[in-house]
Amino acid sequence: MASVSMTVNGRAVSGEVEGRTLLVHYLREHLGLTGTHVGCDTSQCGACVVHVDGKAVKSCTMLAAQASGSTIVTIEGLADGADLHPVQAAFKENHGLQCGFCTPGMIMAATDMIRRHPEGLDEKTVRAELEGNICRCTGYHNIVKAILAASEAMAKGGKAKAA
Amino acid sequence: MGIEGIGARVARKEDKRFITGAGRYVDDMVVPGMKHAAFVRSPHPHAEITGIDVSKAKAMPGVIGVLAGKELKADGIGNLICGWMIHSKDGTPMKMGAWSPLAVDRVRYVGDAVAIVVAETKGQARDAAEAVAVSYKELPAVTDAAEALKKGAPQLHPEAEGNLIFDWELGDGKATDAAMAGAAHVTKMHILNNRLVPNAMEPRAALGHYDKAEDHYTCWTTSQNPHVARLVMSAFYNVAPENKLRVIAPDVGGGFGSKIYIYPEEIVCLWASKKTGVPVKWVADRTESFLCDAHGRDHITEVQLGFDADNRMVALKVDTIANLGAYMSLFSSCVPTYLYATLLSGQYAIPAIHANVRTVYTNTAPVDAYRGAGRPEATYLIERIVETAARELNVSPAELRRKNFIRSFPYQTPVIMNYDAGDYEASLDAAMKAVDYAGFGKRREDAKKRGKLRGIGMANYIEACGIAPSAAVGSLGAGVGLWESAEVRVNAVGTIEILTGSHSHGQGHETTFAQLASGRFGIPIEQVSIVHGDTDKVQMGMGTYGSRSGAVGMSAIVKALDKVEAKAKKIAAHLMEADEGDIVIENGTLKVAGTDKNVPWFQVALAAYTAHNLPAGMEPGLKEGAFYDPANFTFPAGCYICEVEVDPDTGRTEVIQFVAADDFGNIINPMIVEGQVHGGVAQGIGQALLEGAHYDPASGQLMTASYMDYTMPRADDLPSFKVSTTNTPCPNNPLGIKGCGEAGAIGSPPAVINAITDAIGNNDLTMPATPQKVWAAIRAATKH
Repeated sequence: MASVSMTVNGRAVSGEVEGRTLLVHYLREHLGLTGTHVGCDTSQCGACVVHVDGKAVKSCTMLAAQASGSTIVTIEGLADGADLHPVQAAFKENHGLQCGFCTPGMIMAATDMIRRHPEGLDEKTVRAELEGNICRCTGYHNIVKAILAASEAMAKGGKAKAA
Repeated sequence: MGIEGIGARVARKEDKRFITGAGRYVDDMVVPGMKHAAFVRSPHPHAEITGIDVSKAKAMPGVIGVLAGKELKADGIGNLICGWMIHSKDGTPMKMGAWSPLAVDRVRYVGDAVAIVVAETKGQARDAAEAVAVSYKELPAVTDAAEALKKGAPQLHPEAEGNLIFDWELGDGKATDAAMAGAAHVTKMHILNNRLVPNAMEPRAALGHYDKAEDHYTCWTTSQNPHVARLVMSAFYNVAPENKLRVIAPDVGGGFGSKIYIYPEEIVCLWASKKTGVPVKWVADRTESFLCDAHGRDHITEVQLGFDADNRMVALKVDTIANLGAYMSLFSSCVPTYLYATLLSGQYAIPAIHANVRTVYTNTAPVDAYRGAGRPEATYLIERIVETAARELNVSPAELRRKNFIRSFPYQTPVIMNYDAGDYEASLDAAMKAVDYAGFGKRREDAKKRGKLRGIGMANYIEACGIAPSAAVGSLGAGVGLWESAEVRVNAVGTIEILTGSHSHGQGHETTFAQLASGRFGIPIEQVSIVHGDTDKVQMGMGTYGSRSGAVGMSAIVKALDKVEAKAKKIAAHLMEADEGDIVIENGTLKVAGTDKNVPWFQVALAAYTAHNLPAGMEPGLKEGAFYDPANFTFPAGCYICEVEVDPDTGRTEVIQFVAADDFGNIINPMIVEGQVHGGVAQGIGQALLEGAHYDPASGQLMTASYMDYTMPRADDLPSFKVSTTNTPCPNNPLGIKGCGEAGAIGSPPAVINAITDAIGNNDLTMPATPQKVWAAIRAATKH
């Protein structure tokens, strides 16, 4: 067994887990944060993407013990209270989801992508950067559209804030 | 969001929970006392089970129970069945081999379930499953359908001599042969339709809970049709009587056909819950999904298309071998027969058609419907051979199609279907314009200068959906009727619940179905809720597949809404002392036409429930139900054009543009319809370029059993799509809609392959057109 403690969505949590417990299983089964999904066993699909210390990480690729001491944000912690994060809003407005299973991972990956590209995004970059997230429903068309829209909205919002 | 009726491009009501991580999928469910299951599965494609030793596993930490097939059979749990009877052309019924939910004495494919382990944690269950010692005597195996038919091939089921399940035909063989013999030109092709794995992103899961005090079972499962699951588990698998079994399909993460069927796992979890006394949850890992979900396609076909001297089609002859895997899955028999051969006329007037289909057992996962189900196989066949014929005849592929289009409706094909409406030229023109077909020659020249090979290819698909008229499918062997049910409950304050037998697993029913009531009664869409996926809440329904939720499911809702509207108008007329024929509904108000007299919708609802002042003899309440049985299939059709660029040095294909022009009839929510096309096209491009379930013929192992090996389409494999619609309303249902769920996957594979073969100048290319295959085909073409 291993002792873990971390901050998840702004809340300090700690507990004892089997050493082999993956971060995704800790989040889902110990903390009940079931918004983070498991879609494969080989770290390919990206349904489990969360933010670990500000970076997008596939939470099936990391042991809970490795994440001890880190700050984690999951899909449940992305919105600002009742206000959706601009990426969440853009997925809804652009029909960037159908069954919803890959969506949390897509949104968390997209949020990180936009953060890493303050200069803005184009379609080719978005498609290349989404290589680690699989969706079977949307053909990616509206996911790409949603990320581009969110990137633009956030750039405008940032400028508005700065001014 | 406000009043959002038919045709509104309204954002989805259900999105909020999915984008905030609040969706509720089966794996998210927790029941007090719940334990976890792992299945012991066969590592061999074909073997006798000579012994199972569970003693070591039972002694492992956390283990609650280890159960195998003999105990299951002793408790009277039935074998899995195929629910659609097909007769061979000699009149004999299909040869269904026994499929026990847990194998008793023999395993027939890698992944065949042998035992279940229930333990405190998922990890402990898996550890113990590894420790179950199963002794096998390996038997020779066969994975290829043509090989399985050969003399001396390993035999799977004693019921099916030579591994042949049925040898079936449709159409007039003699007339077809005669017409072919008289043809001025005959194009012949050998066509393979590659085996695919549906790959819904949510793996299948089941949570079985037996309540001893009530002697009642609850099953949460990833199902597209929970009522069908309950019916089949009760009537055939003897799990529990229907009134003692509740099936709940909550949020389901995609289906594409693979979640229609009732699989061994949900049956075994329910049974194991009773045996162990604890709720039992099983969630597939991805490799289990690859091994055990029903696969799709896997056809081998010889096809001939004959033309007269004026390039008019005179005959089509098809001979297909379809691989059904190791066991007959629930609807496996109808896919390569009535969902396939009945569509072989395509969009063309072909006076004589004959199809022969042999279905075969092999040591592979069961094969059943996957998005499109039979219709992609038919479309691929027709659209590749028409394109190839155009090249042989040296005529434009568009003109050859135009010349042979069906132009008057209704049109009776020689293969059962009666097309009700369509305008194939309209979609062809729309697609050619959208892709700038006229400008292709210049683009090809430009590419050539850059050392690249450009190609363009089209596919004009037709499909039959809105599945299906019950009496018609009954006469063709279906074990069920394919109507749909709906119930509309208006609450006393005027808000509405619509209970539907359809099941949404990505299709957006919570929005589109609500649009029907919002628009009709003029109430905000937020005040309409859709209830589905729970057999305790919703009356018997048939579920979602075959692009039927719009044409059949929504038609049932319309029928129920009609009844609600009629009663509401009666109440309003009574309240306003007017004639019910004069009542109209506008913006949430029931008015007496031509006057300023009106009663708001909510007051009519309230009056129905207070029942203080209703017309004499009227029952209180405002709630109506309906069953809708379609009069015919619906026939979505369209034209897809794909433009590719091939790198001759590497064989790599890039899809430059993809255009879809679909005729879905009337449309409820264009945003959702476009999304369905995008997803379907991506799956079709996946089939054409990337995906293939490959069994190693020597070992019988599935070589493509993870996302490391099975090439799922990623965002950077695809372009953005140009989609548009034309409209000939369906004359056979109240909304005039046809269905849009499968079209993308049906029309796109031949468009892609036609484009690549155009680019490389070699028609001999099989799917998936990997760089290696394309490179080899380029080399073969230049050798000649």
